[in-house]
This record gives sequence, structure tokens and C-alpha cells, in this order.
Amino acid sequence: MSRLEISTPNKAQVVVEGLYKDLERRIEASPPGLCPVDMARAFLELCHAQTCGKCTPCRVGLWQLKNMLTDVLNGEATLDILDLMEESALSIMQSADCAIGYEAAHMVYKALAGYREDFEQHIITGRCTCTYNQPVPCVSLCPAKVDIPGYIALVGEGRYADAIRLIRKDNPFPTTCGFICEHPCEARCRRNMVDDAINIRGIKRFAADYAGKVPPPECAPSTGKRVAIVGGGPGGLSSAYYLQLMGHQVTVFEMLPELGGMLRYGIPNYRLPKDRLDDDIQAILDTGVEVKHGLRIGQDITIQQLRAEYDAVLITIGASTDKKLGIEGETADGVLSAVQFLRGVGKKEIPDLTGQEVAVIGGGNVSMDAVRTAIRLGAKKVSIVYRRRIADMTALPAEIEGAIAEGVEVQTLMAPSRIDVDENGHVKGIYVTPQMISKIKDGRASVKPTGEDDIYIPCTTLIVAIGQNIEFKHFEEAGVPVERGRIMSEKYGGFANIPGVFAGGDCATGPATVIKAIAAGKVTAANIDEYLGFHHEISCDVKIPEPNLDDRTPCGRVNMTERESCERICDFDGVENCMTECEAKQEASRCLRCDHFGFGIFKGGREKLW
Amino acid sequence: MVNLTINNKKISVPEGTTIMEAAEQNGISIPRLCYLKGLNDIGACRVCVVELEGKERLIPSCNNVVEEGMVIYTNSPKVRMNRKKTVEFLLSQHDCQCAVCARSGNCTLQKIANDLNIIDVPFKQRLERRPWNKEFPLIRDSAKCIKCMRCVQVCDKVQSLNVWDLESTGSRTTVQVSKGRNIEEANCSLCGQCITHCPVGALRERDDTDKVWAAIDNKKKVTVVQVAPAVRAAWGEALGLSREEATIGKIVDALRQMGFDYVFDTTFSADLTIMEEGNEFLERFTKGELKTRPMFTSCCPGWIRFIKSQFPHLVPQLSTAKSPQQMFGAVMKTYFAKSINVAPEDICTVSIMPCVAKKGERNMELFYEEYAGHDVDIVLTTRELTRMIRSAHINPATLTDAECDRLMQDGSGAGVIFGATGGVMEAALRSAYYLVTGTNPDPDAFSVVRATEFGQDAISAEITIGDAKVRAAVVSGLGNTRKLINAIERGDVHYDFVEVMACPGGCSGGGGQPIHDGEELAFTRGQNLYFLDKNNKLRFSHENQDVLKLYADFMEKPLSHKAHMLLHTDHNAWEMPKA
Repeated sequence: MSRLEISTPNKAQVVVEGLYKDLERRIEASPPGLCPVDMARAFLELCHAQTCGKCTPCRVGLWQLKNMLTDVLNGEATLDILDLMEESALSIMQSADCAIGYEAAHMVYKALAGYREDFEQHIITGRCTCTYNQPVPCVSLCPAKVDIPGYIALVGEGRYADAIRLIRKDNPFPTTCGFICEHPCEARCRRNMVDDAINIRGIKRFAADYAGKVPPPECAPSTGKRVAIVGGGPGGLSSAYYLQLMGHQVTVFEMLPELGGMLRYGIPNYRLPKDRLDDDIQAILDTGVEVKHGLRIGQDITIQQLRAEYDAVLITIGASTDKKLGIEGETADGVLSAVQFLRGVGKKEIPDLTGQEVAVIGGGNVSMDAVRTAIRLGAKKVSIVYRRRIADMTALPAEIEGAIAEGVEVQTLMAPSRIDVDENGHVKGIYVTPQMISKIKDGRASVKPTGEDDIYIPCTTLIVAIGQNIEFKHFEEAGVPVERGRIMSEKYGGFANIPGVFAGGDCATGPATVIKAIAAGKVTAANIDEYLGFHHEISCDVKIPEPNLDDRTPCGRVNMTERESCERICDFDGVENCMTECEAKQEASRCLRCDHFGFGIFKGGREKLW
Repeated sequence: MVNLTINNKKISVPEGTTIMEAAEQNGISIPRLCYLKGLNDIGACRVCVVELEGKERLIPSCNNVVEEGMVIYTNSPKVRMNRKKTVEFLLSQHDCQCAVCARSGNCTLQKIANDLNIIDVPFKQRLERRPWNKEFPLIRDSAKCIKCMRCVQVCDKVQSLNVWDLESTGSRTTVQVSKGRNIEEANCSLCGQCITHCPVGALRERDDTDKVWAAIDNKKKVTVVQVAPAVRAAWGEALGLSREEATIGKIVDALRQMGFDYVFDTTFSADLTIMEEGNEFLERFTKGELKTRPMFTSCCPGWIRFIKSQFPHLVPQLSTAKSPQQMFGAVMKTYFAKSINVAPEDICTVSIMPCVAKKGERNMELFYEEYAGHDVDIVLTTRELTRMIRSAHINPATLTDAECDRLMQDGSGAGVIFGATGGVMEAALRSAYYLVTGTNPDPDAFSVVRATEFGQDAISAEITIGDAKVRAAVVSGLGNTRKLINAIERGDVHYDFVEVMACPGGCSGGGGQPIHDGEELAFTRGQNLYFLDKNNKLRFSHENQDVLKLYADFMEKPLSHKAHMLLHTDHNAWEMPKA
């Protein structure tokens, strides 16, 4: 007789556990544009299947909610059903015995509150407004709409230079993006339904490494039009590249000694080696872009002058000033912003931090760049000071892991309270107030003080990396609309009342990603071309390979490897290793070719020109 | 060349050939449902799947190309099992009441199901029932749609009107009028190409045959019917008659047997159209009205609907002449009514057309003396004609050539070629030449405007008539038309006179013609019309004696006040959705 037994899951349970994983990956790959009412119904069915059946609201109520949702979808309901649904959902939320019930009802409740008009549309017209209009997930999620299945297929065939040509149709920074793109394209990759997303950025990096020098295409015959671009970052240079290809003459005004903006003066060399950035920039310059260095807008030149001298003006000044902590001691020596710090390094004005203790405040990518740079400059101890948890950091997980691997200390749940300054006016340390994690507000966990005493973190350099701002003053004075510190251009990049002036990139969106700036460059180039009275088309004559017909059997994703941390902290050379040719081809062969299979071959699979 | 093996047969085909084509070129037929060459190769239906040796998953043969060394089976047990399952799935959402379907016997789904010997569907049936305005000339039955997407593709790619689209996602995904519109609000040209490209009975014209039978049955009504030129080139296809056997004379015989009181050939009013439109062209041309923009023909109602919704500012460029169908109706209710001493309201005018848009065109009003009604009362498509012949149990083999009735009996070869793209232009040029120079040209002098293959872009020609040079263009298909108009509007090209037909290949490829899945017969039928023209004694519209008599006895002369009242129209008298 056994008094207790070791429980083992039965066979069905083992399989269902596997199916849960399948479903998780499937949800990950859920395409945009699905009917939200039908999705609410589908979620509810899953929720209802989880009920234990004990309590009435969950067992019966969820079923009735599903019936009502189905009636709405089938066009068999009247508008008053929505009130009944809402009341019933509320009732289940308030009366179900456990979270299985009340949280399921809460999902329906949120759906009703969030998109009631979609429910109404179904009831009134008996029809759905949704169509499956973004069939290739990677392309639709790429802000620049790069032909991802196309270049992956080209890499698969060993046509690396063609891959670069195809990428450049939508993005003139293939190498840069191969290194540092945040790859939103991978987020909903349909391959998730099989095993894991394709390593799209890795394949791009591989193509850039193996393609050799690829000259840009021929420019269209000169139009005689001249365009001024203020700011030589990724947005401005992308626009310059396409405008040159369209036959316009572009002059880029750059206040710093070299082009690239944040790519050069923000992102450290170990993430994006500058000689590789130069590969992209050289190809852009090879189209005939003129550059004027050392001129600062509002100081050396004005927007009014540029408008008078040029046929169109594009503002792409980025977000290059820093946000302040607003605490005591912030003006002390040794306290500097991450932008200042990284720009100095980028300009090769390299501070010696040997033996120093450095603290960096903030949990974003810029903060990681700052700490990992500080480590490489010989600091004895580098700490990240962050008011929330690691899980709440906005930096890419790989960047956080990289920093930790390189020996950075992470002080989480610490809110800066005041800066300690020595008698010479130099920073000595920072007092931080211990925090505890608290309620979730607007989807993000908030913090509150634990009530413990402040902790002292000694440091001789304090770097503030809590965000960037835009230098908008000159533009505001010139009549360019500015709101909440941003230049408010319209969706097409222009301004309703200032013909011929356009803006894009970080200065219009607030600090964002490089690929968003590139997309803005593409949009503004197209609209400046139209504004100038042309309709040039940008295309690429590279023939895309037919898809391979192999079975898509599950296969692991090739992740990028990195140099050993003890070795890489000694220099600023690139950290990430490129895939091998064998790895790249395997990774390329995993692509499901959503341009050919599925909806893509019917509609929206490929935009050959723009 | 690529070497591969299909069904154990070693074959060699050019690179880039699809598996389906490779098989077909070697005598191996692969069934298909959604596929339409060049138009719809999207692998939606999965009926054309084949097995590729060494691969677990089957692949559609329509849109995947051959590779060196492929070993393919088109009919293996695995393929057969999957193909059958797929068709059973389709049947579970298809209204299988074939006995009461206009496409029974000419339905690709029915044929495949029969071929696969499916005699029972093991699945629960769920039919999508959606409301549709049964009074509209174009009718969609959602319960029959198999979502092959052909209608979407032909409307997008060939006709450039995007009337159809997929709607909703998930299990409720369906084909619907795009952008949430109803068909009445859509900018549908009523060309009917979606009908002729539908593999099943989901799309059809409104059936008006019962109205015709009722009119024939009504002792108080005199039924007068006209048969359009293009009908003769196609009607026999659905009745098992060869092109040589299927004459217009036998249609006349069939219509008389059905009980029509008078039977006419629209070729007569095609000639009449040339007299009006040709003279109008010369007048506008000479006055210099066509210096910047051409005059457009006005006999195709699909085109009229298109220009009104897509290029409303160009409507004044249309000829004001009514179409041959409408002209004939007007003549029947006036000149002819008087001659047989019957009040126009006691006449029921019927027309047999290769066209769906004609059912819309007939809504146009006619006012004449005391009479207020329509030129044409009922329009039937060629398909409806063949259905009437079948329902009357007339054996087509017993039909003999009969003549049309008097007063409007003559019809020239120029009128006959109205049914092919370029025909109106050619007929007009033949008569314009005569009107300007006083002598007849060689009747084949303007054959440069004839199509040389199906699906051609616009054809343009510069024609010398007397001292003048006329720049003419001929285009068919609304996508081609849009391209041509855009080129005209951009100033890339200039023409004086442009013939437009909404359906690719002209009326012979009309949306009301017999349907042959996967085949485009417009060109072949058009050749038939040119053959009839060549062998017609009369080849000039202006020599049609009955037309000349109509002018002498009733209409006075082309463009007379009376002609304007009866034979011309105001294109702005009705509204077209502009979306």
C-alpha cells in the first residue's frame, strides 16, 4: 500500500504541453489584419476550454458570450446584443470564482471596449471590413518594406551582390542594418509556426560581408532640381540616395566632421564598425551627393536661406540633445550625457577611464552602449543604475546580456535621488532610493519606494542615458510646427503650410530605430520627387529565384555567435561574428517564401517598384 | 532545357516551364479548378497538386516550375487521395443542387467531382447565404462560390475596376464586392467577364427568359426580336453546332419557332449607327472639335459605364449616337410600329446580345409622341438564347436558314464585324471614306485595325481620307482602355477617333457569350465574323437599302432632328457610381 505516489503526466498531457508550445509560436506569428471580432471569439473558445466547470459564470457564462459573439459574426444579431454581452462579461468578471473565468470575461470586455465599432459593423452590415492585406509578415513589419523573401532567396543561391542590390531598392544601408537593425521583420515571421523565426538580420549581415563592393545603380538623367538636406544621418542620407537616383542634385548639410549621424557618433564601433558604415555611406556618396560639413542649422545657415536657394528642403536633424535627470548636482564635473559621451568617443576624443568607477543611469540601448564603451575605456567598475527590473528595460535582451557578460554591474530598482559632489565640483557618487515593483499601469509595471534608506554608489564619472531630445528652436522660430519637442510633419513628410519643406527621422518621430529613419528617407524622397513635379520609380531588375520546394521540416535557427567577452573588452572591434556560408544557406533555406506560398502570390506579395 | 520524369515518363522542357505545362506538353493532363493561365496561378484550390518524389508535402503544379531531375507523379495514390479530399471539402461549402443551376453541364467543379467519382460527401455542409439584389443584371450566388479568385483577378488585372475582393478573414473569408460596397454602388461596368471566367455557377446574368416567354404568350403583345452580330459567332458552341452550321438564319428559324412575331438582325442598326456616328465624326472632326481629344465610340454599354465612373470629364467626347441595340428598339417602336399599324406600347422589343451590360443599357428611356417607355424591353444574352432553344426542345440539327423580316432586312458585312474589336472603326472608316470622297474604298482597305491575336494592346493607325488624315485607335478590354486613356490624357498620344469595347476581343468575347473554362474564344469568333463580312454581297453600311429607305421615308437624313430625337442619347441622363 502506498501512502503517496509520484505523479507523472499522462500521455495526453505530454502531447497537449507540446501543443501549447505550438500555439504560443503560432500566436507569435499571427499576421496583422485579422478580424478582431473573430479573434475575440477564438480566444474565448480557448479560454472556455480551460474552465474546470465548477462555477456557473465560467461554465455557462463564457459559453453564452461565445454564442453571442458567433451570432454577431454570422450577422444574426441586433445592436442591443452588445449591451447584453458587456453586462454578461462584467458579471462574469465580478462573480467567477477564479482567474480562468474572470480573466476570460475580461478579454471579451476589453475587446468590446476597444473595438466596439467592429462589432457594430458586423451587426449592421453583416459584413467584415477586414482583409488579409499584409500577406508577407516580414515585409509588412519592416518600416522600409525591404523585399526580405527576395534577398533571402538570393543569399540561398549564393547571389550576394544581387541581394545587396535588392535591399538597396528600399534601404541604402544594408551593411549597417546587417549589424544593428532591431529587425522588427522577425517578430511575426511565419516560420515561428514551424520552429522559430528566420534570422533575417543575420542573413543580411552575411550578404553584406560576402557581397564585396557593390556599386549603386545609375542615376536618372539630371532634372536640374536641387534639394538641401539638413543632417547626414541615416534618414537624410537615405533620402539623398533615392533623390540622386531620381536625377535630383542633393546637398547634405552636416554639422559634424563626418557623415552617419547617430550611426557614427552614437553607436559604438564594437556594434557597428565604422569602416563597415563607410561601405554604405560610400555607395550613397557614389551617386553624386554633395556634402557641406561644419555648418550648423540656425547658426551658420537658416532654413529661410535654404528654401530660397534650393527647390526643396528636408530636415533630418535627428535627436541629439539629452534629457536631464533634474536632480541636485547634475551640473557637476564628471556628469555627462550618454550622447555627449558616445559622440566624444566617435570623434576619437577618447577619455581615459582607467581605474575609474562609472555609473550609467538608464535601461535602454544607449545605456548599454555607454556601459560597454566605458568598460572598453578601462573603467574599474561600471554599473547600470535602473529604477525598474531587468525585464522592464527597453534595451534589446542581447545588449543587456552582452553588457553583463562584459562585467557590468546591474543595480536595479534604484531611483537616483541626488548626486554627491566633491570640493572641486566633481562628481563623487550618487545616492539612489531603493524601489519595489508595484502595480501595472498602461501595460508597464510601476515602482514605488520601499521606504529603506538611500544607498550610495560611488563614481567618478556619471553618465545619464535616459533619453534624447530634439534641437527644434530654430525650426520653431522659422514657423515649422513643433509639438511636445517634435517637428510635426504630416504622414507624407511635408507640412500643410510650408510647401517644399519636409522632415523625417528621429526629429519627427522622437528617438526611434535606424530602419524607421531609413523608411522616412524613402517616404520623403518619393514625396519630394512628386513635389518637384516628377514621378520617378525606384526598382531593381534582379530576378528573384523560384522558391525551393523542399519540405519545411523543423530546423533550429542559426543564431550569431560573439567574440569571447574577456577578449572583446580590450578593443572596439566588432563583437558579433558573421554566419558561415554553410549556416547562411541553411538559414536561407528555412524561409517559407510567404511571397510565393499563401496569400502573397495572390495579392500584395511583392512591390517591384515604388 | 530541363530534364525530368513525370509519371515514369522522361521528358525535357524549357527552363521556367511550370509542372502543369510540362505535363500537358507531354500528354499528361492535370485537373485544375482555380488556375487560369496568366491570370490566376495562385495555387488556391489545390486540385492540381502533384507528388514530388522524396517530399512529404504535395505541391501545386500550376505555379511551380520544373527543376532538373525532378521525379513527379500526377496521379499517385497520395495525389488521388488529397485531390479527392480537397474537392469534397469544396463540395461541402458548395450548393450542389446542380439540377437547378445555369452552369450544370458546363461546371468545372461538377466535372472534377464526376471525374473523381465522388458520389457522397462525408462532411457536414455549410452554405454561405448572402442577400443579393435579384433585379441587378449581374447576380452572385454566395452559396456556389468556391473562392477560386478568378473574378477578383479578371476584374483587377484585365478590366482594372477592382469590383471584387476577398472580405473578412478566418473561416468567414469570402469574395464580396470590394470596399464594403453593394454591387449597385460599385463601379461595375457589367462587362460580365467575371461571369465568363467563373468555373461554377456563382456568377451569372439575371435570367430574363421567363419574361420573354410571357411576352410571347401575351396575345396583346407583338414580340419583335433582334440578334446582335456577335451572337452568330458563338451560339452554336453551346448547342453542339460547328461554326459553319451555326448560321444567323438558323437563329431566325429558332426564334420564329419559339413564337416571336418578327425577327431582325442587329446588323441593320449597326449600319444605321455607322450612318449617324460616321456623320457625327466627320462633323466634329471638320469643325476641329477633336484637336485635343478624340471622339469615342458609344456602342458598348460596358465602356459607357466605365468612362462615366472612371473618366467622367471625358463623357462629352463620346459619340451621342445610341448603340445599335437601342437604335433598333427606337426604330421598332416608331417606324416599324407605324408600318404594321401597332401602337408602340403593344410591342415588346427583345434583343439577343453577347453582353450583360446591355441589360443595364435597356433601362434608358424612350419618349416618342404619346409613348413613354424603353427602346428595348427585354435583353437576353447568347447563353439565355441557347437556354430558350433547349427549353423549347428545338433540335438544333433540324433548324434551317430563314430570312429576317422585311423593312429592316438588309445588313452589311460592315455591320456584322461590329461584333469584333476594330469592327466599328473599320465599318465607320469604310463609310467615312465614301462620304468624303464620293467613291467606295476597297472594303478591306482598313483591315489594319483588326486584331491579330487575343488580348492585344490598343491598335492605332493613321488613315488618309481625301485630304485629311484621321488618327484612329482601337482598344478592347478596360485595363487596356485605361492605359490608352491615360496616355491620351498625358499627351503621349493623340487620336481623332477611338473605338472602345469593354470586353477583350470585343463583343465576340462578350460577357454574355457561351462559357468555355480556360479558353478565350473572342479571336476565333471574331475571325468568323470577318469571314462572314468577306462573303457578304453588301460590305458598306451606306449601301444598306433598308437603312436608306428608313431615312427616305422617316428619319429624313443622318443627324436630322428626328434622328437626334430617336437615334441619339444624352449620356448624362443617368447616374453611374463614381467610386
